[in-house]
Amino acid sequence: MSENGALPHRGRVLTVDTMNPNVKKVDYAVRGPIVQRALQIEKELKEGVKKPFEEVIKANIGDAHAMGQRPITFFRQVMALCSYPQLLDDNKFPEDAKNRARRILQSCGGNSIGAYTTSQGIDCVRHDVAKYIQRRDGGIPSDPDNIYLTTGASDGIVTILKLLTTGEGRTRTGVMISIPQYPLYSASIAELGAVQVNYYLNEEKCWSLDISELQRSLQAAREHCNPRVLCIINPGNPTGQVQSRQCIEDVIRFAAKENLFLMADEVYQDNVYAEGCEFHSFKKVLFEMGPEYSRKIELVSFHSTSKCYMGECGFRGGYMEVINMDQEVKAQLSKLVSVRLCPPVPGQALMDLVVNCPQPGEPSYQTFMKERTAVLSALAEKAKLTEEILNTVPGISCNPVQGAMYSFPRITLPQRAINEAKAKGQAPDMFYCMKLLEDTGICLVPGSGFGQRDGTYHFRMTILPPTDKLKIMLHKLKEFHQTFTQQFA
Amino acid sequence: MYRLQLLAARSLIAGALDQFTPLTLTSSLTGVRHKSQGPSVEKYGQMRFSTAEAKVSAGRLDGKMREKSLTMDTLNPQVKAVEYAVRGPIVIKAVEIERCLEEGGTKPFSEVIKANIGDAHAMGQQPITFLRQVVALCTFPELMNSPSFPEDAKWRARRILQGCGGYSLGSYSASQGIEYIRKDIAAFIEQRDGVPSNWENIYLTTGASDGIMTILRLLVSGKDSSRTGVMIPIPQYPLYSAAISEMDAVQVNYYLDEDNCWALDINELYRAYQAAKQHCQPRVICIINPGNPTGQVQSKKCIEEVLHFAYEENLFVMSDEVYQDNVYAPDCQFHSFKKVLYEMGPEYFNSVELASFHSTSKGYTGECGFRGGYMEVINMDPEVKVQLVKLLSVRLCPPLAGQAAMDVIVNPPQPDEPSFKQFHQEKSSVLGALAEKAKLTEQILNAVPGIKCNPVQGAMYAFPRIFIPPKAVEEAKALGMQPDMLYCLRLLEEKGICVVPGSGFGQKDGTYHFRMTILPSTEKLKVLLGKVRDFHISFLKEYSALE
Repeated sequence: MSENGALPHRGRVLTVDTMNPNVKKVDYAVRGPIVQRALQIEKELKEGVKKPFEEVIKANIGDAHAMGQRPITFFRQVMALCSYPQLLDDNKFPEDAKNRARRILQSCGGNSIGAYTTSQGIDCVRHDVAKYIQRRDGGIPSDPDNIYLTTGASDGIVTILKLLTTGEGRTRTGVMISIPQYPLYSASIAELGAVQVNYYLNEEKCWSLDISELQRSLQAAREHCNPRVLCIINPGNPTGQVQSRQCIEDVIRFAAKENLFLMADEVYQDNVYAEGCEFHSFKKVLFEMGPEYSRKIELVSFHSTSKCYMGECGFRGGYMEVINMDQEVKAQLSKLVSVRLCPPVPGQALMDLVVNCPQPGEPSYQTFMKERTAVLSALAEKAKLTEEILNTVPGISCNPVQGAMYSFPRITLPQRAINEAKAKGQAPDMFYCMKLLEDTGICLVPGSGFGQRDGTYHFRMTILPPTDKLKIMLHKLKEFHQTFTQQFA
Repeated sequence: MYRLQLLAARSLIAGALDQFTPLTLTSSLTGVRHKSQGPSVEKYGQMRFSTAEAKVSAGRLDGKMREKSLTMDTLNPQVKAVEYAVRGPIVIKAVEIERCLEEGGTKPFSEVIKANIGDAHAMGQQPITFLRQVVALCTFPELMNSPSFPEDAKWRARRILQGCGGYSLGSYSASQGIEYIRKDIAAFIEQRDGVPSNWENIYLTTGASDGIMTILRLLVSGKDSSRTGVMIPIPQYPLYSAAISEMDAVQVNYYLDEDNCWALDINELYRAYQAAKQHCQPRVICIINPGNPTGQVQSKKCIEEVLHFAYEENLFVMSDEVYQDNVYAPDCQFHSFKKVLYEMGPEYFNSVELASFHSTSKGYTGECGFRGGYMEVINMDPEVKVQLVKLLSVRLCPPLAGQAAMDVIVNPPQPDEPSFKQFHQEKSSVLGALAEKAKLTEQILNAVPGIKCNPVQGAMYAFPRIFIPPKAVEEAKALGMQPDMLYCLRLLEEKGICVVPGSGFGQKDGTYHFRMTILPSTEKLKVLLGKVRDFHISFLKEYSALE
């Protein structure tokens, strides 16, 4: 039936049978069926339908502002000034915000954020990004020519994967990704028709990465494809581990030995909570390993405005730094990004502020630091809280949330629940999460959306709700798990 | 031969040739990079990290040079095939020249005038005050208390923020876009067309380009003779050819009729379709109306014919209507494909699959940097729609500032609101100036012998045909470049004017064109056109003397 009630007189051009088969294979659990259902339930609640809860708590996606986190004042002041430069005459805005806005506007065509920028991103922003990286990595040089601004990190990741995907059959590009992974990777691999090569993180060792597992996975993959690229997420999503320096070195040696292109997703670089953990960028470790590695290994690392303490997801800002890329390929990359014209300019401006934040001595410094620290320490507290409460529940076991914004606890499901899920054609943890949503209004993503070892079950929940709400949520979860376990015992 | 050597000696041609052989192109880029990165990195690595280096056992890399894993040979071949002239070699050269001028280099001109891209603000057009007020309020809601912002702007900002998670532009929106805004867009379309529009058919996008790519991505399938063919006008906006290359679909050209003011000839559609059916499966027809780069505005009758053709041949219709507010010729009017389809009756309206695209980048707002846009998709199979939403969700959502800007465009100040007068005045002034410049461009270009320019009925570009003397054609061919590329490169080097060669958009064999925007200020546009005239005359003289 067509939407206007009459039967169409001709067949549709575009049906599921005739559409791009790669698109059909794409899966993105973070916004999958659970989330669709959560939206429906929200509507039902609004319409007055009775539920055993009053609101849906969405812990499915790393969307800090939606969970009530306030924007960093300084960032928004500069953005407002850039959007409406008449405000530069308003004495309510601090001078450092005005200076930043003027500088950004001066580097925009016609002094307007409404102009296109170069496809690689605004020159002065790329310079600021390079300086930030250099500072962050203890002085290791970063070249603005290697910086590409992106539409969120996702855009950069997809673009680089696009360059790398080639070959047919056994020569088709294989992309090594961690399991569990952030499903952007599996989705992009499916869309590009590349081959997904899984390496499993070690849940028993706090989701750390084993080189022997990398080796196993690579060898197995070489039987049917050409593994060319290794993707790392550090700090981990959904698993929250922070890689040790030693582990990063080992990964780099492995990539060197096996001639793999490295992609390092470092969007949670400011989100490190656990004592004794520290963020090490792949770039820094690579250069500390000496020129034998630093001149050869092809590495792209990604950052974004969406996570860390700012959580500005809606601006779709990000950058990537591209190291040791073949010069001709780099020209191809520049050409490819030019087709989309440029990343959104407000996102570029915001990225600039993240890498060029208020400095001691500037009028906004104190407020900025206060806001930044408040966000990060609240996250650290919630990371700890989540782990502690979850581990008190029999049948749930949760690794420490060392970093990022998620916990990924393992859940023990009764055999009867597993059978019932299978009978419904559902993954058992999907069945669990769906029931959790219907009974308690808590929206989580089943582990099967991220990948997990066969026979294990998990869910991903963000630690973003405010502490009070998080506590309520964790206690509801605890009760639900106990009831669920009894019900299916 | 003598001519060739002479040419090669010109810095311009040497540089231009570089652009055509990737090897030399990149070596010129590397030159710059070596200075900034190479040596310093080496030195740094050796000095400070000698101990770390010592830990690496010598045999680890088997002593052989590590090959790059990603080279031109191992690069995705579809990426290699992509071309995008609007930001191609000419523009790279223009940026180089600008840098040279900044550094005090001497050229026969004092500035580069960029008429290569539809970037209104970069050419001095001022933003619409109301739009920017709303965006500023959304960005920094503390401004809601400021008396210097009008109530209608505050009201719109509040409404947009209410549609955002946590009332923040910093949250993700639904992947289809903010629900409120989708409803505003549907209301706008309904008002524009007098035809019902369902907000659930509206998808916000990251500029129109993003929407176009997404729909094409859904449509591309099959192998060999069943591979999806995409019918596009020639000349076209090269986003289409680039997307088709990237997705490895088959480009099916239909030629616009230059002698008939770039009108679309239905017989030509049939010809192109029949020819393409021999080697692929044409499944989609793309229309750009008003035309880019050709500036024509389609008549209602012509749109009817296209829709009938699509209906008969079972084609998906993609209608790029980003220039819908840019109609200048008094006898022309914008008709949306959606409206015409409706008026053709339910048999058509209930069956032809149509996606139409709009954006914040053109019209009278020219807000390119916000990357705002939407598409309306009708008659799409519901199951495919589910797939579309899933595909969009992987990229999470279009930028919220762009969504907000789009909302202002579809929901502008009304006559009884405080900002109406100023808004209306700013809008008319932009559109009035564009109309004037469209006329001016056509007139001045047509006064030059050897240049022939169709009326710029709409959009933002002139696409004049230029006569290039046979000797110049020969010379370009010997240099391995398109004759109009040679022409445009020399125009850039000698006059500082940056326009895009017609070959980047496609044209009938043996004809040559360039695309220039009509966006520079009237004064600058006159200077630009005068320079084009002078250049063209001396170019003709130079090469005719060689006959």
